[in-house]
Amino acid sequence: MSNPQPEHDQLMVELRDVNKWYGEFHVLKNINLEVKQGEKIVICGPSGSGKSTMIRCINRLEEHQQGDIIVNGIPLTEDLKNIEAIRKDVGMVFQHFNLFPHLTVLENCCLAPIWVKKMPRKDAEAKAMEYLERVKIPDQALKYPGQLSGGQQQRVAIARSLCMNPDVMLFDEPTSALDPEMIKEVLDVMIELAHEGMTMLCVTHEMGFAKTVADRVIFMDGGQIVEENEPHEFFNNPQHERTQLFLSQILQH
Amino acid sequence: MKYDEQPTLPPPANTIGAVGWMRKHLFNGPYNSIATLVLGYFLISWMIPIFQWSIFDANWIGETRDACTGDGACWVFIGARLNQFLYGFYPEAEYWRLNLAFILLMIAIVWLVLPQTPRKGWMAIFLLVIFPVIAFFLLYGDAFGLKQVETHKWGGLSLTLVLAVVGIVASLPLGIVLALGRQSEMPIVRSVCVIFIEIWRGVPLITVLFMASVMLPLFFPEDMSFDKLLRALIGITLFQSAYMAEVIRGGLQAIPKGQYEAADALGLGYWQKMILIIMPQALKLMIPGIVNTFIALFKDTSLVLIIGLFDILAIGQAANQDPNWIGFSTESYLFVALMFWVFCFSMSRYSMHLERKLHTGHGNRT
Repeated sequence: MSNPQPEHDQLMVELRDVNKWYGEFHVLKNINLEVKQGEKIVICGPSGSGKSTMIRCINRLEEHQQGDIIVNGIPLTEDLKNIEAIRKDVGMVFQHFNLFPHLTVLENCCLAPIWVKKMPRKDAEAKAMEYLERVKIPDQALKYPGQLSGGQQQRVAIARSLCMNPDVMLFDEPTSALDPEMIKEVLDVMIELAHEGMTMLCVTHEMGFAKTVADRVIFMDGGQIVEENEPHEFFNNPQHERTQLFLSQILQH
Repeated sequence: MKYDEQPTLPPPANTIGAVGWMRKHLFNGPYNSIATLVLGYFLISWMIPIFQWSIFDANWIGETRDACTGDGACWVFIGARLNQFLYGFYPEAEYWRLNLAFILLMIAIVWLVLPQTPRKGWMAIFLLVIFPVIAFFLLYGDAFGLKQVETHKWGGLSLTLVLAVVGIVASLPLGIVLALGRQSEMPIVRSVCVIFIEIWRGVPLITVLFMASVMLPLFFPEDMSFDKLLRALIGITLFQSAYMAEVIRGGLQAIPKGQYEAADALGLGYWQKMILIIMPQALKLMIPGIVNTFIALFKDTSLVLIIGLFDILAIGQAANQDPNWIGFSTESYLFVALMFWVFCFSMSRYSMHLERKLHTGHGNRT
């Protein structure tokens, strides 16, 4: 069930005593989290528990007010250079895909490599096609996102992130906006990615996915990490009352 | 059960063709039939005299007032004054310079508008960067052996086009910068843009033009004099860019937050994000608003007559004062209106075409 231990114990993402407020509202309370290279973390919890906010802090889509976040050895500070460097290393997949509707699938994938990494267009396109093949939609490369199904769009979004060769991938509820019959095709891509050794942080309610690939499952509630355990223990022997309640609510069907 | 394939039949005769169309759109029910007949009667009873006056009874051929004998319009008047309507007081020997500039402009525009032509990017750069320089030297001269033609001799349709084209080409980028500035997170930049936009939007264009032509020179030392046309151009551009900024801001606000986040997450910088991701989508949404502003600008250029620049409307008015041609102001105003209408209507049609062409579907996005 559990994956082979990663070869390096190098820390990829480190959050130390991270606190964040939206105005008066305390969204993240003393978050401590260490993610080693190659580790797959699944983050779950009720809505409003701060799980999306936490992973969005990692690439500075949200700003944290206290504590340290270190990604791949780079401290995340006000410094724009550091933010840019971190964003190059961190890929993100969103709930609503956020593909660029005015560009074709191929252009969506090539854009960042060309403009951020200054890769020649030919190389970028070759690489984009390679990743589109891996997510199994090379034949859609010249279409616009609006012409694709939700599942296909999300797979393009994953390919678009991979084109930047990230060291860490963040998934923010990647299957929540999908029709049920499309969830599997996206999860399959994510599972494949996990088996290739990508470091992943996934906010998701897909417990099957958590059981298959996660090294650790984190349960958040009220802006705090309530419980953190390897999946077998987490699902069969949850320690906290809050976790038990949550699991009973999502697993009863 | 036995199954017979049914034959494919043509639709009933009275539902297709001209008869079908009329039944469906003009005579579907008693009230609509009455409305069609009444409105049709008024339309025809108005149209006939208008056509009679402007076309069938009109005087087309001749040189002088004596040619206008019939009851209809005297287009001879327009013909005799056509050069002034088009070129103002530009020296006749130099008309070719205006013609050449106009032809170059039209070639560039047609090149950009037609779907089949290659290398549109280079043409756009030519139109925005190289053409203005060429046009300036062609029109103003004083270089390359061309005689200098001072701006107070410019006039007519060519002056209207100069004002409109410069206004349009300069106010769009300025408007984009102002709109971005207004959304900026830096308070100083934002306040400067807000103040600029609100001041210019709160002032009538006539006031701006008066300021530019009468008051502005008072603030400068006497030996330093700007060209009057240049001052009017700057006034018009700044005025329109404030409107443009607000139109573009509307477009920027319509772009979902997810687009900004996706661009950020991919590591694009601010300008890359704006130029590659946000602006193309916002401008597409804003085509109707932008073209609306362009059309308003085009028509507003006629206000320069109050500061003594002779655009096509002012030329028309001047022609009405000609003692040899008293009594034909209807014709000259109609001609001026037609000129304005042709240009504005073309812009409007092109914008509708662009909207359809650029629609790549935001449909599936949530």
